[in-house]
Amino acid sequence: MNLSNGRGSMSTVTSGAAVKSADAVSDQFPAGLRVLVVDDDPTCLMILEKMLRTCLYEVTKCNTAEKALTLLRKNKNGFDIVISDVHMPDMDGFKLLEHIGLEMDLPVIMMSADDGKNVVMKGVTHGACDYLIKPVRIEALKNIWQHVVRKRKNEWRDTEQSGSAEEGDRQQKASDDADYSSSANESNWRNSKKRRDEEEEAEERDDTSTLKKPRVVWSVELHQQFVAAVDQLGIDKAVPKKILELMNVPGLTRENVASHLQKYRLYLRRLSGVSQHQNNMNSSFMNPQDATFGTISSINGIDLQTLAAAGQLPAQSLATLQAAGLGRSAPKGGLPMPIMDQRNLFSFENPRLRFTEGQQQQQHLSNSKPVNLLHGIPTNMEPKQLASLHQSSQPLGNMTVRVNASTQSNPLLMQMAQSQPRGHMLSENTGPHLPRLPSSLGQPSASNGTSNALMGRNGIAGSTRAPGYNPISQSSSMMNFPINQTTEMPISSFPLGSTPGISSITTKGSFQEEVTSGIKRAGGFVPNYDIFSELQKPHDWEVSNPSLTYNAASQHANPLHGNIDVSPSVLVQQSFSSNQQTGQSRDANTMIVKPIFSASESMEQGTLQNQHLNTLVTDNSIRVKTERIPDASSQTNFYPEHYGQEDLMSALLKQQEGIGPAENDFDFDGYSLDNVPV
Amino acid sequence: MERSQPRRQVAAMKQSLFDQGLLDEQFIQLEELSDDANPNFVEEIVTLYYRDSSRLISSIEQALKERHTLDFNKLDTLMHQFKGSSSSIGAKKVKAECTLFREYCRTGNAEGCMKTFQQLKKEYASLRKKLEAYFQLARQAGPMETACRPK
Repeated sequence: MNLSNGRGSMSTVTSGAAVKSADAVSDQFPAGLRVLVVDDDPTCLMILEKMLRTCLYEVTKCNTAEKALTLLRKNKNGFDIVISDVHMPDMDGFKLLEHIGLEMDLPVIMMSADDGKNVVMKGVTHGACDYLIKPVRIEALKNIWQHVVRKRKNEWRDTEQSGSAEEGDRQQKASDDADYSSSANESNWRNSKKRRDEEEEAEERDDTSTLKKPRVVWSVELHQQFVAAVDQLGIDKAVPKKILELMNVPGLTRENVASHLQKYRLYLRRLSGVSQHQNNMNSSFMNPQDATFGTISSINGIDLQTLAAAGQLPAQSLATLQAAGLGRSAPKGGLPMPIMDQRNLFSFENPRLRFTEGQQQQQHLSNSKPVNLLHGIPTNMEPKQLASLHQSSQPLGNMTVRVNASTQSNPLLMQMAQSQPRGHMLSENTGPHLPRLPSSLGQPSASNGTSNALMGRNGIAGSTRAPGYNPISQSSSMMNFPINQTTEMPISSFPLGSTPGISSITTKGSFQEEVTSGIKRAGGFVPNYDIFSELQKPHDWEVSNPSLTYNAASQHANPLHGNIDVSPSVLVQQSFSSNQQTGQSRDANTMIVKPIFSASESMEQGTLQNQHLNTLVTDNSIRVKTERIPDASSQTNFYPEHYGQEDLMSALLKQQEGIGPAENDFDFDGYSLDNVPV
Repeated sequence: MERSQPRRQVAAMKQSLFDQGLLDEQFIQLEELSDDANPNFVEEIVTLYYRDSSRLISSIEQALKERHTLDFNKLDTLMHQFKGSSSSIGAKKVKAECTLFREYCRTGNAEGCMKTFQQLKKEYASLRKKLEAYFQLARQAGPMETACRPK
């Protein structure tokens, strides 16, 4: 699928470097290990440098923590391990340790002349992988490579478990870690295989091969994806496995996520002393992802998948969009989307990351998350609001808040995001479109904003499902969205494919179809949401929109084939859902979700509408690939007025870059914002 | 041989420094780090140490001038840094004085701090002179094959 390809390519980019470096290292390992030494004492620094050089390591030294962080950030994959003094003038060594752990996830060794038990314990609790007492002897330094190997091994194993295929194994083996028990790898691999479909595995394999990197570099983008995923899940329910799925980053292991989550929690705790962290930690760490998944899947088995898919899509599309619009080209500030992104990003991320593999997982994730995300997403989500919300409320806890506030904008986004994932799922079936998204998503940084926005929508959709359902309907787009996201909304019920509107969309792009269908489903899914239940009769919707020529008519069945098209469906759904809520088919929708409704309405009216939706969606979501829609206006067919979303999206998009016509194909992209709901 | 004499002298001098308790194992570690790229590595390090630590010494001195209102925390922090530095070059006696000083800080013994500091400064200066002589002789003797451990 394109998705996988896209993802693969994305991951390749990131993982390639890692792989390369890993390969390079492994040739003469441990020689060439890239060490960063941080110490304010010049004498010690010089001695350490000399000792490390003698061990045949590649040494970089700096005398302040700030310089070290700058170096690390600038050169994400440039170091294998960090050695830092505890007492430094500009920053406490433990703080630096935390930062590094969160952002780069590198093994860090602490050093000090102080050998008091308390200090050493502090090192342990902050996550240092070792603690050396000064004066440091060269013998102690000779073995620091073990920490690098150990970490990589754990990460790798994690990846495997999460489904990284044997490729990872192979790669792992390739790296000098001969110690990695191949048997262990194999078993992991087998487990992961069981967990995932063949399909996923295949994708994983591709990913893993590229990814195999021993150490995960938590780039800003990746971290944002992570944060988005956590947000989507809800800090309380953010389990590494789910996060991993939501993020859907090839080659990323559950362990990577788990350790990063731990750090993130520490970080959050430090920031706000939020208890959620702890909850999250507990929940995330403890919850066996499988278990969670199991439950979730049981809820909506299919739906989840769809959701996941959809979720994936949106995230990706968001990312892409964001990347396209916000990040890369356009100033993020302009776009409200970016703001939302924090969370949105995540929501998007999820779908993106694991479209194939994580679909199931995502579902779970989304299921669990959406609720948080969308509490009472108000209707008008102003992307800006959302964005601001997101931005401000980085911490997970905020997400919920944000969602509400931003619901206005978020809902749309969320919905879109949600729908997107669904679209993914659908698109998967449809194939082609999806892949695109991932690639587009690949521009995470940029897309963050957008994706976030989208995600936000999704998230909102998800979270709001339950409570906010009503309001959601108002927000319409938003609400539906959550449905999509939340596991509650059975993806299956969300007949992306089925939605007539969707199909029409698909005409535009496979994606679209799915979107619509997904959207519809979204409505249907959410058991929690009354609306959803109403929506569940997407049939009505579908029926009502016979005109929606979905190509996807058949697609209904595929709620979210990961089509980007989903976005359109999202839109549609949104409208639909609203319709359902009120029982009025279009009117209600229109009222609530402008963009959506109009979309749905239009959909009903004809495929054109759907297309509009799609365009809307696409536009919003990303400039990325929306095949057709760069702007609502561009689309002509759209009913700009109706589509509040569209406007939003277009506004967002435009801001981003003047949204150009998303003509891209990204199936996924289309989702981005518009699809949000459902 | 011509070279053996100076070499033996250097070795003897080093042995003497160890016997007096002025240097410890860390010094040997540093010597072992010398190679073709840095034949006088230890000398470079010691020079760097004296240059950098002199500012720490003045800071401590300044802080001790408060006489009866000593900020023990600050003194302890400064001394901690100084101790870390000194231990990294193997300055055994200096390091011992640092430990003693910190103990006085912990108990809030101003008098003890000041007396210890004076002693520390003496040791610090004395070591410097001896090491300078040592390095000079070592340079004259030419590079040694390997660092020899004192008995």
